[in-house]
Amino acid sequence: MQERPTQPEVNQTMTNVSERPTVNVTAAGLGRSGAAADVPAPAAAPKVLELDNVSVFYGDYEAVRGTTLAIGKNQITAMIGPSGCGKSTILRALNRMNDLIPGARVAGRVAFHGTDLYSPEVDPIQVRRRIGMVFQKPNPFPKSIYDNVAFGLRINGIKGNMDDLVEQALQGAALWDEVKDKLKSSGLALSGGQQQRLCIARTIAVKPEVILMDEPCSALDPIATAKIEDLMYELAFDYTIVIVTHNMQQAARVSHRTAFFTAEVDEQGVRHGRLIEYDDTPKIFTNPKEKRTEDYITGRFG
Amino acid sequence: MTTFAPPTPRTPAVPADLRRASLSRRRRLTDAVAKAAIWLALIVAVVPLALVTYYVILKGSGVMSWAFLTEPIPRSLRREGPGMGPAIIGTIVITGSAALIAIPLGVLGAIYLNEYGKQSPLARTIRTMSDVMTGVPSIVMGLFIYVGFVLLVHEQSGFAGALALACLMLPVVIRTSEEMLRLVPDELRQASMALGARKWRTTVSIVIPAALSGITSGALLAIARAAGETAPIVLVVGLTYKTNWSLFGGNTALPAQIFANASQPFEASVNRAWGAALTLVVIVLITTLIGRFIANRFAIKER
Amino acid sequence: MTQTTERPSGGLTQRGRGAGADRAFWIACLLAGILVLAILALILITTLREAWPALTYSGLDFITSDHWVTNDPDGDGPRQPEFGALAFIYGTLTVSAISLVVAVPVSIGIALFLTELAPRRLRSAVVTVIDLLAAVPSVVFGLWGIIVVAPALVKVYRWVHDTFGGVPGVGSIFGEPVSSGRSFMTAGLIVAIMIIPIVTSITREVFATVPESEKHAALALGATRWEMIKGAVFPHSFGGMVGAVMLGLGRALGETIAVALTIGAATQITPNIFASGNAMPAVIVQQWGESGGVHTAALVGLGVVLFAVTVVVNYLARFVVRRAEIRMKGIAA
Repeated sequence: MQERPTQPEVNQTMTNVSERPTVNVTAAGLGRSGAAADVPAPAAAPKVLELDNVSVFYGDYEAVRGTTLAIGKNQITAMIGPSGCGKSTILRALNRMNDLIPGARVAGRVAFHGTDLYSPEVDPIQVRRRIGMVFQKPNPFPKSIYDNVAFGLRINGIKGNMDDLVEQALQGAALWDEVKDKLKSSGLALSGGQQQRLCIARTIAVKPEVILMDEPCSALDPIATAKIEDLMYELAFDYTIVIVTHNMQQAARVSHRTAFFTAEVDEQGVRHGRLIEYDDTPKIFTNPKEKRTEDYITGRFG
Repeated sequence: MTTFAPPTPRTPAVPADLRRASLSRRRRLTDAVAKAAIWLALIVAVVPLALVTYYVILKGSGVMSWAFLTEPIPRSLRREGPGMGPAIIGTIVITGSAALIAIPLGVLGAIYLNEYGKQSPLARTIRTMSDVMTGVPSIVMGLFIYVGFVLLVHEQSGFAGALALACLMLPVVIRTSEEMLRLVPDELRQASMALGARKWRTTVSIVIPAALSGITSGALLAIARAAGETAPIVLVVGLTYKTNWSLFGGNTALPAQIFANASQPFEASVNRAWGAALTLVVIVLITTLIGRFIANRFAIKER
Repeated sequence: MTQTTERPSGGLTQRGRGAGADRAFWIACLLAGILVLAILALILITTLREAWPALTYSGLDFITSDHWVTNDPDGDGPRQPEFGALAFIYGTLTVSAISLVVAVPVSIGIALFLTELAPRRLRSAVVTVIDLLAAVPSVVFGLWGIIVVAPALVKVYRWVHDTFGGVPGVGSIFGEPVSSGRSFMTAGLIVAIMIIPIVTSITREVFATVPESEKHAALALGATRWEMIKGAVFPHSFGGMVGAVMLGLGRALGETIAVALTIGAATQITPNIFASGNAMPAVIVQQWGESGGVHTAALVGLGVVLFAVTVVVNYLARFVVRRAEIRMKGIAA
């Protein structure tokens, strides 16, 4: 059984979560993931998701150009970059949520444990049961807390004691203690941060392998954000996490590896998103290879 | 003891050209006339409502009694006395059956329009034609059911009336339900899909419950309208003097009775008509008010 | 605490579980939607087929002749029944025209009240009143009309007749009032009350889309409220108002019961609005019980004409309103 490191103190840099100062990234400022000794070294982890030259089109418009990267098991991979450069688009390509947008098309290969997710035999419903998603604005169903968590269990026909499974999920989302006496009350009556943890509980109830998070803290206050970042650290022991964030500090604190996207303007003046650099988080933030990465990190643009 | 009066505030004199009086008389007059005309329009709308309510209550309560609500209809129209029992039962049975037919079909149709068809040519056609269908006179629906159903089975019945009323309710339910479905935020659907739910599951377990209060109030308003329709009843339902709980065989309903009795020369008939009118108005009013109450209380709130 | 997570088993390609239910649900919804189109088509087909014998029997006379004789046992009129509906068409048009003349200005006034003049609290009260007006069944209006309104208006009609009846030309409209009071005018007034809610609500929606900036611009130039309405609100709303009027017309054409009770049931064409007449939907309901054979077919034929006319008017009305809305949203965007 793995021994968990003690919870590190809250970083001083947490006070300016919403600002983007010029980043002074020290080893301490990197937070836990850089210091955790028991999580396998980033580059050596087995690959869960592999993107090979993936582009996403909306109709004829190429929103994101040829992206190649691999997501490692039990790692937290952050995707950062200025707005409108395709981070969320790539994220949604991983669980086939782009299918819901008429005219959306994916070129290239998205492989999940070797299987091409976009091959015709693959059922998107099954994909989403294995790869879950937490959204930017907390969106619990207008049902009770219990029913919110149980929803995924019920529709997937998962067997077992429903009460236990719901409790497990709420424990895993660090929400159980706060709601255990009011499971029947409405999910909408919780605070923003609690609602987001409820959404996380809902997602992990069906025990996916991968959790995709699309700017999960951008609608939350700093304290709620801190709780969720703590939670991410815990969740990484059992799940693989991919998080899109526009908050560089968060990426630096929380992730093992970071992918930096930006938007390029082509000859016709059309913007396309592109992956610029993808590396271990400490390297991206202290010694990036690309100049554009460095410009973004140090606040010269974006 | 001297009392101190508060100092009178000194208002500076308003220069002449800023006063209202400097506006040309013609313009002031036109503005005032227009304003008066608008208030007059308001009165013209309110007065009939007030008068109708007054007379219905006045004349209707004159014959109202428990016996009136339960006794069968006198065969001889000349005869004084109650009641309208069969008509009330008929209204409930026929309108209720129409609701059972029209509401599920209407909600399914609205689901098609908002969740599947959206802006496709077929969906747009259905939407436009639903609007057109709300304008089809109720008598045409009555003729349709008469020709299409009653002639086939050789019998007028409450069921035929229910079919006709259902045709009248269907487009109304479709349009109001569609509006309600549209109000459900898309993020709820996305959250459900992201958990691996199929579309039908998302619609049934998440979208419909979220829109339920709006759909219910729309349905109640459609029911209130159908309860007051007369022409289809006259054409396809036939007649009865005794209570008929079944959908088959002759039946009658409050609007049809009011219509039949209103033009009779016998005062007894006319009085019964007023009583039936009062009953009908109360039923329609209660249904409408419940519908509006649900709409206001449980409206989907902005998050 | 480390959980041993059991992952859901089954490959990514396990289609079929639930996919069948998805398809069945979609089909059910599609069929329900198509039902609307099917019903409209069926109405046309079945009623036309049923009315055919009467239409072929009368030929073009159906809409050009005003002789409507169902049977004549005494034999001093035409031997065969005749079905000429011109008088009813005339009656329908007259009643509708009267109702529009009364209802449209009133509705515009109320809509203006709601969008421009009303203090906040009064607004919801007025909206409630209009909604209640729409909720009252037409048969109740008809009952009130025939028992209370018609007799009461006879005096008014008489006064108008005495005062204006002598005017050359126009005066023939204000002819001798029928003693019961059941006439084109009475029916027109009752129908007006019934179409006010729908014309008001559409007009109000149209007025509400006028951009605030235009209204403020007019007021900033020193316009009075009425001048602002004339200059900023009406020009924008013209298309929408036309659509609202057409919708009101559609409703007035189809109004059956209130008209049947208050119009007087006389088959005649006369410019005198205080005289009795009859209208298409009213005739159907009045003569239905005793009809049979060709007579019934003729009544159904009236229904066909009514259906065609109301569908066309409603379709055009929705088209006009929608186009006006699009144009306005385009400007406001």
